[in-house]
Amino acid sequence: MDRLTYFPGCSLKDEAKEFEISAMAVMKVLELPLVEIERWNCCGTVFSLTEDDLMHQLASIRNFIRVQEAGSDEIVTSCAMCYNTLKRSSLFVNHAEERLEKINAFMDEEVAYEGKVEVRHLLEIIRDRIGWEKVEEAMIYPLEGLSVAPYYGCMLLRPRQVGIDDPDNPTIMRDLIDALWATPVEYAFQAECCGSYQVVDHRELIVERTHRILSSARRAGADVVVTSCPLCQYNLRETQSELKEKIPTYEEMPVMYFTQLMAVALDVDSGELPGPLLARFSVGEGVGKGEG
Amino acid sequence: MARKELEIIEGLWEKVEELSGQNIFACYQCGMCSAGCPFTDEMDMLPNQVIRGLQLRDWNTMDCSAMWICASCFSCQVRCPKGVDLAKLMEAMRQIYLRQQLDHVSIDDMTPEQISKLPQIALVANFRKKTG
Ligand code: SF4
Ligand code: SF4
Repeated sequence: MDRLTYFPGCSLKDEAKEFEISAMAVMKVLELPLVEIERWNCCGTVFSLTEDDLMHQLASIRNFIRVQEAGSDEIVTSCAMCYNTLKRSSLFVNHAEERLEKINAFMDEEVAYEGKVEVRHLLEIIRDRIGWEKVEEAMIYPLEGLSVAPYYGCMLLRPRQVGIDDPDNPTIMRDLIDALWATPVEYAFQAECCGSYQVVDHRELIVERTHRILSSARRAGADVVVTSCPLCQYNLRETQSELKEKIPTYEEMPVMYFTQLMAVALDVDSGELPGPLLARFSVGEGVGKGEG
Repeated sequence: MARKELEIIEGLWEKVEELSGQNIFACYQCGMCSAGCPFTDEMDMLPNQVIRGLQLRDWNTMDCSAMWICASCFSCQVRCPKGVDLAKLMEAMRQIYLRQQLDHVSIDDMTPEQISKLPQIALVANFRKKTG
């Protein structure tokens, strides 16, 4: 059986465990299992945007070397931030002889990186290698009646050379939602930044962004919002309690990973699902199969 | 006490261009970047004003809060008709500070409670952007 060289990233081993549990379970059923690479390290979370900074590419490149050692030329991740960082690093050094040479000379304790590893996001793999039809065939509990708003955020779509879809009009998550027989929700803020790492020193900014994004999704009829990024997920989920304090009438919006939505429909382990979703829907018997 | 002020180094403007790899004079001030930036309400200068300031070599630009509010969301980057990557310019400006050991955030200023409720991914990303 084919398998994928999988890079989990730190969040999926910690606060985003449900993302990994559901991704693993789903890919197993879809017969393209995720096999974790050995001795991977943190990608650094953000891509360094300065031209002279080779140092901050090392974290990504060490991971590419691990992939090479595993006899693969592809690294697959479901975390949108890891994806963006790894992908940009690969574009920065693959086919850039001079940069590669410098980096390899610097990391003399490692075997040389050959510059051939391709970075892919799990959504791309599902779209391009598995196909929506196969996802639909594997479905046990169609999500009919559930309105799902995709939240792309930034890292899956921008910059253009890195995006897994058209940054102005992405459809990949909508197509997934369609394949699961749920109703995709169109709304204005699906690709607008949640505020990202500004949550550390400008938390009020994130509360405001969350309000805008989730209210827009709610007005468009969403029952649930799906994400692909542990940081978006944290921002959108955790700042809702602050929103409730500010606006007593605010109604909580469940937010979960796209793989959890798939897991529910495919009747495999979804990991912990958001409480309000469990309370409001019973989509077949699939909901609640997780450990949560 | 640590030095708090940015030291005006020779060739600072050129350094911003070099670090970012951007040609700031490609910008013709259409304002598309600012129109799409989700954080302009919080910024003291609009993104297009930042690049205008860089073009004019206006020192006030290097004091702007906008560079620290920018979340590297790349909305401006995909919208600019001239292919200017403003996110990279913002990063280059931040780097001018950070390479002078002028950090913008400090873990010492945060309470243990604040730190404990934040996920790793937020802390690492923030410190990568705002400390040297
Ligand atoms: S979108 Fe580009 S050309 Fe227009 S003002 Fe912004 S940086 Fe300048
Ligand atoms: S990258 Fe920065 S300046 Fe550009 S739109 Fe995003 S927050 Fe605004």
